[in-house]
Amino acid sequence: MKSIKSILLLFTILCSFQAFCQNDKTVEMADVLRRDGKIYTVVISLVVILTGLVLFLLRVDKKVSVLKDEIEKRM
Amino acid sequence: MTSIKSYKLSWWKILTIVLLYYSVVGGFLWPVPRLHILNESIRLFYFHFPMWCAMLLLFVISVVSSIKYLRSQKISDDEYAVESAKVGMLFGVLGLLTGMLWGKATWGVFWTNDPKLNNTAISLMIYTAYFVLRSSLNDETQRGRLSAVYNIFAFCVLIPLIFILPRMVDSLHPGNGGNPGFRLFDTSHDMKLVIYTAILAFCLLGWWLTSLLITLKKYKRLRDEIN
Repeated sequence: MKSIKSILLLFTILCSFQAFCQNDKTVEMADVLRRDGKIYTVVISLVVILTGLVLFLLRVDKKVSVLKDEIEKRM
Repeated sequence: MTSIKSYKLSWWKILTIVLLYYSVVGGFLWPVPRLHILNESIRLFYFHFPMWCAMLLLFVISVVSSIKYLRSQKISDDEYAVESAKVGMLFGVLGLLTGMLWGKATWGVFWTNDPKLNNTAISLMIYTAYFVLRSSLNDETQRGRLSAVYNIFAFCVLIPLIFILPRMVDSLHPGNGGNPGFRLFDTSHDMKLVIYTAILAFCLLGWWLTSLLITLKKYKRLRDEIN
């Protein structure tokens, strides 16, 4: 009886290994985009947009600080 | 380019730019958990969630400035309150838009009859009414006082509407109604690499925009006082 129990226990433990076989590749991701290297096109276009926005922000920042200095001088 | 010599960029502004680039590049290139339904749209987490963090930070600054104005009656506090509310509103709208895009990608619709979504829209509409109130008053002191009181009310309504009520009812939005929230994404250390810097980047960006608006307003007022 004891040996049957231990065999059953071993069997159920071995069955649990099936859970680890869940393959990452079953979930669809943008792997094709990455394989073709097109992900870099996505990233570069976003970087270009971000650069445009950052340059605009820097320009506005400079104009505001120039205005601030002018008025501080006059006061 | 006349005064390029005297123009010095503060350290936190340079940090903002660096972190923004890091968040965008890392957000798209680095690995993320492979989850059903979400697929690649999980990367929107790096942008949608920081929008709300920045909005909350700016609304907190706004309500604190409103309380300070009621105590000090200094116009500079009123300026802080309104400009941070403006930029906070911008981030709130951006958060709603990114959320709608994410909802379209995962739920199939831009909007649902969901408590979190509806309550957020209502809170933003309450803040819109704050600006309408301000523009309807001409006297500076009266405008400052009334809008400060309304700001406090708007903030005190926003907190339960957005954070407390959705968690008490069934909701489709992550973090409410029995759905795992931050923890859904927190199990992945991959995402921790980008999300914290993205939150910091957008909070700093929000503060940068607010400080620009505040400086403009303050020095316009000072210039008018001199003239």
